[in-house]
Amino acid sequence: MTLVFGLFNYWVAMVLMMIGFYILIASGNLIKKIIGLNIFQTSVFILYISMGKIKGGAVPILTEGTEIYTNPLPHVLILTAIVVGVATTALALALVVRIKEAYGSIEEDDIHEKDGSL
Amino acid sequence: MLVATALSCIFVRDLFAVIMVFGLYSLLSAGFFLSLKAPDVALTEASIGAGIAPILMLGTLALTRKRSEPQPRAKKSLRSALLPLVVVSLTGVALIYATLDMPYFADPAAPIHNHVVPRYIEQSGQETGIPNIVTSILASYRGYDTLGEAFVIFAAGLGVLALLGFLSDGSGREYWQFEDTANLRHHAVLHVISKILIPLILLYALYVQFHGEYSPGGGFQAGVIFAVAFILYALVYGLEAAYKIMSPVVLRYMMVIGVLIYGGTGVLCLILGGHYLEYGVLSDYPKHGQHIGIILVELGVGVTVASVMMTLFFTFSGRAKRSVLKKQGVET
Repeated sequence: MTLVFGLFNYWVAMVLMMIGFYILIASGNLIKKIIGLNIFQTSVFILYISMGKIKGGAVPILTEGTEIYTNPLPHVLILTAIVVGVATTALALALVVRIKEAYGSIEEDDIHEKDGSL
Repeated sequence: MLVATALSCIFVRDLFAVIMVFGLYSLLSAGFFLSLKAPDVALTEASIGAGIAPILMLGTLALTRKRSEPQPRAKKSLRSALLPLVVVSLTGVALIYATLDMPYFADPAAPIHNHVVPRYIEQSGQETGIPNIVTSILASYRGYDTLGEAFVIFAAGLGVLALLGFLSDGSGREYWQFEDTANLRHHAVLHVISKILIPLILLYALYVQFHGEYSPGGGFQAGVIFAVAFILYALVYGLEAAYKIMSPVVLRYMMVIGVLIYGGTGVLCLILGGHYLEYGVLSDYPKHGQHIGIILVELGVGVTVASVMMTLFFTFSGRAKRSVLKKQGVET
């Protein structure tokens, strides 16, 4: 039982990661693929923040009379990762727009067909 | 809850709905971060995941198409349907097997809590004089990393500009009313409410920016909140009005200025005889210098993030407007 409760958060993160991964590889629509990638990304955030949690830890802002703080290092990493993530997502979306203009479609199959690849 | 919303992303066909569900998913995960005592992260995720990202995706959608093409079932062989599922399950099982070696959730004895972090927690208060440990690590101890992040955001902004083109030929006169938002102009309720809300959002952004040392917040969050206020304005009053307040050209300069403030702070430290980004030399008292340095760096980050986010929005929506006009040109 301790095993299940101790690792439950990580398992949720794994399940979310796999859902994102599935959307990424199984869906043909490029925007949907990007959403899948974003879900994948968020699951990594959840994994990190879960690891930073400490029993009885307070919010990592120094106050008098507090002994235990939550681990601030993952917070720093993930905070910047979120902002960088949205910037790269925007870049991906811009590419999608250009692909749409060049091929007239954002479906993977159509694009392959036009290219004569696959 | 999180799993349910993520799952629904797979099955929903309508892309508009998928994006909305994704926004919901982000908001839920922000709440989850808050419950794990990570307010800084929750603030960022709420403003980005539920605010900016869906807006950008909707912008893309406006430029492409609404429905995800129903894939012809007959054409799809069993193999191509099962293969992703098999790959995903195998990877998932392997990853879950790997978690068996991990320390339990919230265990104080886990290695992550026992190396460099106790030093940050014990010393950062004395060394930087800043109560928010997240801010002091972000801007001071790991200042190089954050500099890199600021440049990545800047580079992404440049990339989008390069891909989707500049908004006009430089004359600045080619902005028309965005067709879809033209309807919103006549909603009196929206106008009144957003008139009240926008100054409050801007004020809150400034508070988050300059109070980031004492409470959750900092340059990243403040920049995004600031940008959201402008995007709201642009959505309700139309792009034209927004351009009048904040022209895209100014924003492009702001992007550069933000990065330069950050880099310049480092160079200033070099000139004053310290190492790059060693804020201690900025004042006679090292602690005071740290404070100045962190505020400057956060300001640089805030300006960069805000202007890049606004540029992204303007670029996507400006593109949409241009393509609408192109179509009209073809018809007439």
